[in-house]
Amino acid sequence: MSSTDSVRWIGQAAAYGVFVLFVGYFSNSPGYQHLAPDQAMLKLSLRHSGQVLGECKQMSAEDLARLPPTMRAPLDCPRERSPLEIELEVNGETRLSERVEPRGLHSDGMASIYHRLNVPAGPTRLKVRMKDHVDQQEFPYAVEQEVELRPGQVLVIDFDSQEKRFEFL
Amino acid sequence: MIRKTQELLDGAFKRIESAFNVAFGPHWNPWYQLGALSFYFFWIVCISGLYLYIFFDTSINGAYESVERLTVEQWYLGGVMRSLHRYASDAMVVTVTLHLVREFAKGRFRGPQAFSWISGVPLLWLLFAAGIGGYWLVWDQFGQYVAQITTEWLERLPVISDSLARTFLSNATLSDRLFSLLVFMHIAIPLFLLLGMFIHVNRLKLARTEPARGLAIGVVLAMIVLSLLKPAISMAPADMSIVPAEVPLDWFYMNFYPLLDRVDPLYVWLLLAGVTGVLVVLPWLSPSKQTAAAAAVVDPANCNGCTWCFQDCPYEAITIVPHSYKKGMRQALVDPDRCTACGICAGSCPSATPFRHVEELVSGIEIPGYPVDRLLDDAMAKVDTLGGEARVMVFGCDHALAIERIEREGVVALSLPCVGMLPPSFVDYIARQDKVDGVLVSGCCSGDCFYRKGNTWTEERFASQRMPHLRTSAGHDKVKVSWAGIFEGERLAADIEEFRSGLQRKNTAGATQAADETEAAQ
Repeated sequence: MSSTDSVRWIGQAAAYGVFVLFVGYFSNSPGYQHLAPDQAMLKLSLRHSGQVLGECKQMSAEDLARLPPTMRAPLDCPRERSPLEIELEVNGETRLSERVEPRGLHSDGMASIYHRLNVPAGPTRLKVRMKDHVDQQEFPYAVEQEVELRPGQVLVIDFDSQEKRFEFL
Repeated sequence: MIRKTQELLDGAFKRIESAFNVAFGPHWNPWYQLGALSFYFFWIVCISGLYLYIFFDTSINGAYESVERLTVEQWYLGGVMRSLHRYASDAMVVTVTLHLVREFAKGRFRGPQAFSWISGVPLLWLLFAAGIGGYWLVWDQFGQYVAQITTEWLERLPVISDSLARTFLSNATLSDRLFSLLVFMHIAIPLFLLLGMFIHVNRLKLARTEPARGLAIGVVLAMIVLSLLKPAISMAPADMSIVPAEVPLDWFYMNFYPLLDRVDPLYVWLLLAGVTGVLVVLPWLSPSKQTAAAAAVVDPANCNGCTWCFQDCPYEAITIVPHSYKKGMRQALVDPDRCTACGICAGSCPSATPFRHVEELVSGIEIPGYPVDRLLDDAMAKVDTLGGEARVMVFGCDHALAIERIEREGVVALSLPCVGMLPPSFVDYIARQDKVDGVLVSGCCSGDCFYRKGNTWTEERFASQRMPHLRTSAGHDKVKVSWAGIFEGERLAADIEEFRSGLQRKNTAGATQAADETEAAQ
């Protein structure tokens, strides 16, 4: 083998070596610290329909007569729903206070929120409350609880719309 | 500023490529076939993926276990396939990115080449979507992290359902059907990517989609070695009630994920949309200086519809249509939007020959910026200035080494827009001139023609493998080809001197033989 051939083979081996080192290393390194080792994760995620805004109206006989036969419902109810107001306190500190609008062109859909936050692990006092009607003065749905969060634990706070209560998953 | 950046990058690429030519040679040089390498990695990913799919269990509980079984119990094949699947997809990101930057550096994003440039932009999104989606399927803690961050990011778009992130909220919200959907998407997106890749190269004649065999073998061996030395492994099985503090991020696909933890994901959308937008409008931000008037023109009177230009045009700019006035005949038709005015068509035209007895030489097809008549005048003007011994006429290319720099006593040079526009008959004609002892044809480095095929077609024409052939009564030993990259001036000069020495020896031998014959006759 001539010296030129040797240079060629060594050069090629070096190039392949650098390439696989580059691909092999950055394929999963350096590790990314997604969460501090002494932290836990809270996920506040809920879907709930706010109360309907406005009252149903009794239709008069004249009104009903003007409607097609298939649409003659005795009550005319508004579709628009109230936005939700949600607050989350962690160890007495408000970490979230948000007004969540209902979905849909007529604002008649469910309102939903998904919020992720990292908190220190250990004993944690959580307070969550929600209004589902703009006229409510107080928060009708609320829970306050002391939880022990392990490092790396994910605690989900959801709302059971059937039972009308918050739940920790 | 765009052109300045382009020039700087081009200079850097040429230096690196020149260094790689020493080790790989021009035919195996990976920098000249980054697009082909991307295709190659895609096929490695497909084949390894098909193997993995045979053993993959598309259920929430079975996915992790099936991948683990492959990795551990079948490490010699399943494990290697899994690693190849990952590393080849990472390598594809590398080659695609370098391909994009290099094409920008070469200015191949404007004018007629804008189609390939713009059609390549959506492929970046598809490539990333395919790659990121693959990590979900392993369904380990890293897959869980990727699923969580990606769905949160997607959900930030108003058009995406608000329940997407809730799907990955807890172990109870996950279902086997979701995994079937993810597998379907992981197959469908690469299929769309393949379709996009086909469109991307659609306007290129004989697009290079396979790397040279030696390079292909080297690359796959390197990938296998990497797979054996550092096999791809899983983290612990996914569990939505815990989250790993540190994740082994794949920086080729998820380099922007740390940003999603720090800023509103909407800003990341805006950033990526902005980068995409800039790439798409780049051909208009820095438009081509070439006008439609520069495109090749067909002279029906001299076009016999031979189709050689149609076969040689590297950008599919030529079609063959019925002749405009000769019944039953055909002629070439040029699409100016696709024509790069390289002149390769003129180099293939049988009517572009200086041996024709005409007042003005007009080729059946030629570029207005450099018609063959001017080529003949320029070449003959150069020949007239030749003096000394072992006189050589050198033809070069505007996009390669500045060929005029090698002119000296006995050597003259003429640079063309592309050496592929030099009809072989011109070489024969010049080689027969009394003042010329030899003709040397140079141009872009072998395997890396600026106009894709100029040097390849020239070589094939000279080797009688492609029409029009080089037929010369002057003798093929009077013609030499020497491709030279921009940093290979010294080698080209040495090649020219070697060529001249050979011509000198031949001339001396010829003179001695003539003298002997005269003496014998006397």
